[in-house]
Parts: sequence; structure tokens; C-alpha cells
Amino acid sequence: MSVPQTQIPQCPVALATALRFVPLVPLSLSLTAFSRRIAKAHPDMFRRLGKHNRALFVLDPTDLPVVLLLKPNNGLPTITVSRQHGDGTARISGPLAALLGLVHGAFDGDALFFSRDLVIQGDTAAALALRNAIDDAELDLAHEVTIVSGPLARSLEQVIAFAERRTGLCLTRPEDSLSW
Amino acid sequence: MVMEIVCPAGTPAALRAAVKAGAHTIYCGFNDETNARNFPGLNFDRTEMRSGISFAHEHGAKVLVAINTFPRAGSESIWHHAVADAETCGADAVILADLGLLDHTARNHPGLRRHLSVQAAAANADVINFYAETFGVRRVVLPRVLSVHEISAINAETDVETEVFVFGGLCVMAEGRCSLSSYATGLSPNMNGVCSPASHVEYEEDDGALDARLGGYLIHRVERNAPAPYPTLCKGCFSAGGKTGHLFEDPVSLNAERLIPQLQKAGVTALKIEGRQRSKSYVAQVVRNFRAAVDALDAGRPLPQGMLARLSEGQAMTTGAYKKTWR
Repeated sequence: MSVPQTQIPQCPVALATALRFVPLVPLSLSLTAFSRRIAKAHPDMFRRLGKHNRALFVLDPTDLPVVLLLKPNNGLPTITVSRQHGDGTARISGPLAALLGLVHGAFDGDALFFSRDLVIQGDTAAALALRNAIDDAELDLAHEVTIVSGPLARSLEQVIAFAERRTGLCLTRPEDSLSW
Repeated sequence: MVMEIVCPAGTPAALRAAVKAGAHTIYCGFNDETNARNFPGLNFDRTEMRSGISFAHEHGAKVLVAINTFPRAGSESIWHHAVADAETCGADAVILADLGLLDHTARNHPGLRRHLSVQAAAANADVINFYAETFGVRRVVLPRVLSVHEISAINAETDVETEVFVFGGLCVMAEGRCSLSSYATGLSPNMNGVCSPASHVEYEEDDGALDARLGGYLIHRVERNAPAPYPTLCKGCFSAGGKTGHLFEDPVSLNAERLIPQLQKAGVTALKIEGRQRSKSYVAQVVRNFRAAVDALDAGRPLPQGMLARLSEGQAMTTGAYKKTWR
């Protein structure tokens, strides 16, 4: 029995185009500040990384003209956005939708690997540790953004929900309700 | 009586997802070499195990702790502590494979229910009854080499509960005795809890083709857009005698959901899902699917159509040995 490939949505062209011109230094600083906020809320994620806490991960959304260089730094992470190819301990490549779906627990990493939507290169153990640590952390990036948005939170939630419907990108954590 | 769904959990989040999705029972392990899925970033420390078991119990589910590797000479205390800690954490049973550890547990933790791991490769009623009479084993996880007819024959000759795999990765035949990973990397599932350890795996994509190396050996190359298998030697693609192919086994997943009625008739107590290395997304989807199937069977309704193919290795599935058709 064989089955068709999983359909992964493509990132909107407008976002990819915008990232060709956005200044990267402020973007990197903002993402680093955001990642540190997440690190504070999810310290167990870094414990799960174990000896890979000092690794440099290249996160490569293949439908965007940038890569993210993530250093977990034992709970004091940095994120640098680069338009270069980027070298690191491990490289995780795939469409932005696949990477966001992994972060939010909507997709299974092994299934994305089987379907070739996700490619891992470099230190496989480090990449696996990162994937497992993030899966256990049950992150919701949209929630993390809205809780620092003060009075704008409600409007921002609506914008995110609209963007999610429009693009098919998984921008929030799916509901995890009791089935039984 | 509804057949029991036994579901894997590699992390506390996966355990909670399994419980919420309707698993009757969850199996998991400590974050060390005592369990056969000792992968980076996976498994439970003692505090997580205790709270995970509490969460499961609050929702009416059970937790089995897999301590199913084979203790190293001189380091048996690591395995002994794991059994003691599983009992302290409130585990409903431990899943063991090693004769010495079974004996230790029966003597020192008589109140702790004992299940026999698939790693023990107990494949006939005589050996299962021996484990039951000698070590008080209450349930055996049958190796994935038996047909439904053979499972029925075993159940006719033993009172020990039987648990069979219904979904997930397949292993080569003599489970617990495979040395392929050791040959390539020096590390094995039996002793170290890792088959094809990630630290020894390298992937390289070249012009769309994906090469996978284990311990430096090229074990398979898949062309652009072709489904990728796990990087294990048993799923490797080799050239020999002028032919190229998967000499040990094809990279496919087991899916026996359509055989559940037959397995029930064969006397099987519990249906096991493989995949402690998988995400909580996988766990939730597979559990929902199988819980719906056993509930439908219990209510006399037709089995629902499965939706699990895209989660399968190689994106292909088989009923394995349950319906033996050897090539």
C-alpha cells in the first residue's frame, strides 16, 4: 500500500519578497528578544537539549530568502537572520509551513522526513534533540506574541487568525481537547 | 470487552496527548540506557515520570514503564534502580526482557506487575508459560513474526495476556538479538537502547537525491521526491549478486487495523502502537484512529476508514507477518 505525498502549503510570495529588503539586524535583535522570552517560559526545553545546548542550528525555510541561525546557549538563546547559506552544527530545511507546523505540534517530524518535506544535515543527534525538545515544550508562537501586545492583543489575535486561514501556515497551536 | 490500546510516549507532552486522545494505557521509559528508545531529547526523568503517571491515573489511564534493555555486567544497579523508581513513581507495570532483571524484580518488587517485552522474543506458549511460572509474568508482548493463526494457538495454551503490535515501525525477525546496529556503530538497541544512533547517522542531499550513512557506511540513496526510510541497516538498500534492493526488509510500516477483529477472536488482550521516538502529533492521530476502531468493534459497528498512511515509514504499509506471504 503506498499513499500520496502530504501537501504542505507554500509561504506567501509577498513575505518572501519583503524579506529580501527588510534590514536584518533589527529583525535578528527582535527575534532574539522573542526567543529569550520563550526560553524563560519553557526552561525544560533547554534541559532536554542536554549536551546540544551549545550547538548552532541553521533553520532553513526553503521558500524564504533567509535562514535563521539559532544558538540555544543553555537558555540564553540568540537568533541571527542571514541571507547567506549559513553553516552550523545541524541544518534543518523545509518549507516555512512545515517548520511552523513542527513547532506547533501540528505535524510529525518523522512523517515530514519520510515525505522529504524536511531535510536534516550535519549533526543528526543535535537536530533530533532540538525537535524532541520543541515537541515537548508545546509552544504557541502566536500566544507568545499576543501576551506582550497589551491592548493590541485582541486585534492581533484576529489578524493572526486571518493570516492563518489565508495562508494555510500553522501560526498557532491546534486545540488539544479530550476525545474521551 | 474493549481491546486495550497501548500507546507510546517519548515525552510528557506525548503522554498527555495520548491520554487526551483516548489511550487506555501508555508505555514510556526513563531517560537513560534502561529503555530501548534512548534517543536525544526523549524520555522521562524521575519527576516527569511521577507527574506523568499521576496525570494518566487522574484520567483513568495506566502507565507501563519499559526497562527493556539488557543490563551490562557490573552495571546492573542502573537497571535495578530503574525498576525501584518505576514502582515508587506509581507505574502500573514494568516491561522487562532480561531474565536476571525479571528475577530481581520478582524477588524484590513482588507487588509490581511484570510484562515481558518484545525484546525477549517469546514466540511460543512453552516459553511464555515458563516466564509466567518462574517470574510471575502477567502479559507478553508478542514478537512481530507470528501469524494470526499462531497467536490464536498461543492463546489457547496460556493464561498470560497477549499484547501485539498493530501500528508502526517493523524490526527484523529475532527481536532483542539483532546486531546490525552494533556492527555499524558499536551501539545497539539491546544494550544501549539505540538502534542506528542519531550520533552515527549522516544525511547528505545532492541534486535532489538523499544519501543516508550509518557509521560511515552508505546504506541507502533515495531519488528526488521518493519517500525516505529510517536510517537503519535492516531497511538499507544493497547491491549483491547483480541485484539491488532491500535485502532484509522493505521500508514500510505495520498497519494491522483491518485485522483487529481477527486479533480479538485470536484472544489478544491489548493492541500496541510503536513509536516512542515519534511526536505528540503522531501519538494523538494514531491513538484516535485505533480507539475509534476498538470502540466500533465493541459496539458492533463497522471499523472506520483509517487515515494513517501518511504517518508511515516509506509512506507505505503492510500487515507484516499477521498475513504471511513470503517473497
